[in-house]
Amino acid sequence: MSASPGTLATREAVERRLRSGSSDVRGTVLEALLLLSLLIALGVLLILIADIVVRAIGVFTDRGTDFLGSALDARPDQAGILQGIIGSVLLTVLVAVLALPLGIGAAVYLEEYARDTWLSRLIRTNIRNLAGVPSIVYGLLGLAIFVSLVGIGNSLIAGGLTLAVLVLPIAVITASEALRAVPMSIREAAFGVGATRWETIRSHVVPYAAPGILTGTILSLGRAFGETAPLLMVGAIAGTFSSTAISDMLTGSYTALPVIVYDWSGKPQDEFRSLTAAAIVVLLLVILLVNATAILLRNRYDRKW
Amino acid sequence: MTESGEPAMTVETSPIPATHDDDEGPTIHIVTTQAELDASERIAPAATRAAEPFEVADGEVVFELEGLSCYYGSFRAVRDVSLRIPRNRITAIIGPSGCGKSTLLRSFNRMNDLVDGASITGSIRYHGVDLYADGVDPVEVRRRIGMVFQKPNPFPKSIYDNVAFGPRVAGFRGDMDELVERSLHRAALWDDVKDKLKSPGTALSGGQQQRLCIARAIAVEPDVILMDEPCSALDPIATLKIEELMRELRESYTIVIVTHNMQQAARASDVTAFLTMAEDRAGHLVEMAPTDQLFTKPANRITEDYITGRFG
Repeated sequence: MSASPGTLATREAVERRLRSGSSDVRGTVLEALLLLSLLIALGVLLILIADIVVRAIGVFTDRGTDFLGSALDARPDQAGILQGIIGSVLLTVLVAVLALPLGIGAAVYLEEYARDTWLSRLIRTNIRNLAGVPSIVYGLLGLAIFVSLVGIGNSLIAGGLTLAVLVLPIAVITASEALRAVPMSIREAAFGVGATRWETIRSHVVPYAAPGILTGTILSLGRAFGETAPLLMVGAIAGTFSSTAISDMLTGSYTALPVIVYDWSGKPQDEFRSLTAAAIVVLLLVILLVNATAILLRNRYDRKW
Repeated sequence: MTESGEPAMTVETSPIPATHDDDEGPTIHIVTTQAELDASERIAPAATRAAEPFEVADGEVVFELEGLSCYYGSFRAVRDVSLRIPRNRITAIIGPSGCGKSTLLRSFNRMNDLVDGASITGSIRYHGVDLYADGVDPVEVRRRIGMVFQKPNPFPKSIYDNVAFGPRVAGFRGDMDELVERSLHRAALWDDVKDKLKSPGTALSGGQQQRLCIARAIAVEPDVILMDEPCSALDPIATLKIEELMRELRESYTIVIVTHNMQQAARASDVTAFLTMAEDRAGHLVEMAPTDQLFTKPANRITEDYITGRFG
């Protein structure tokens, strides 16, 4: 193909234009700044974790699983976190049993039954606000209501109830979002063949939203697992269970993993520094495990509409 | 009125296209008020023509609408529609975007009940029974008056379960396998899916999904099938298949179809109702007639302008 002078000139002009782009200095600077902020955020986190792991490593190499299986003790070389693990697991189970059905139920009502009125919008907004209330406030609430008013006392049940109240708004919000992600067309399809509201919700909306609900609720359980402040308010102390009977564990003195971390960090002996770090490592691993489960579930069942 | 699937370019179309001033011949006045509407009728002078129900013998009436208006909150989407829908016929509802076609259709099986703030005035009688009377169960209404939607919306379940869901909630106690097979046969889908009834309905092609939705609708043995632009998301071949299917289904069902596509109404329907909207954006019935008559000898100037592509 032979190019006429005209098209040749055009081609040259085009090429000159296309290749003339001056380098985008401001864009490059901005990109570098953004990268820097990412590195600072990650760096701080990495330093924290590395510091803790370095301090903790000695405990795991010297004591091994003995650290996990031993009871609390004033002697650093004997002290373990077994009661904290048991306490935290029991608390989490209590929260799961109390908060999740309530939260999911409330979300189903809000999303599927409640009409869109100013009242329902007010309630929705306030649930979001509740999720942002500092956890110490929930601790005071638990102290006033469950410990004093209801008279449960400083027990694991009071702690579980308090954490359940803390987690409830988060459970409602995440379940609501999962339900809202189910398209209206699916509900219409079910109504269109003569299903009742309940049949539509039971057979379609909730099953399709289940992975999202599950992911959100597992994440909220992770939150409960790591909470310290409200537990301190409702009587969790770094104390031992009065006996190994489950009823005594629920109603007597108790402790939880984050509470042990808090308690040990204030102890004068140097040996407790590394014990604290080791307890933190265990706490982080559990939460990491919980979150990973949630992410796996989400990826496994994620649905594109 | 669902807004999603309709071409965006027509959504805001004014009833008076600016280009009309440049048209050859007499200036065309597209009416904007009822008074103008009446005055503009040159072919059929009767001022009442638009409001007069299309003649359907009493024994053949499935739906009878009298002065039906549909509201969303205080917004009136459909104004004062009176018409009769004949049994075992395909009735098409056509009209420009936003004229309330879908709203009108959704009032036939009380689907609009699901929308907060939706209400109606006037009446819809179904075989003589007022659908909106006290004590009428919308669930039972929808069992008898099935619906196929604009976008295929199979449940994310197996093909089998998609079809079986309706009969199950209706308390069907017979041979479910047989019912599923029969429904899929009637929806002309059986041969495509007979070997993969357990695979998800969402894995089918768009046209197959829509036929699955038709199978799901007829599995509960309804009396009427409402179709809300069932082909707007489909390619021409899938569209023709659905239209063929509609003609077969007409033997057993009364079909009301909302369509944005005039060719589809002309090809597939027996009777056509033309809706348009005035300045208040409320849709009203302009004309209802046998399809061949409406498309060849429209009684109303606005209908003629619409079907010849002058607006909408």
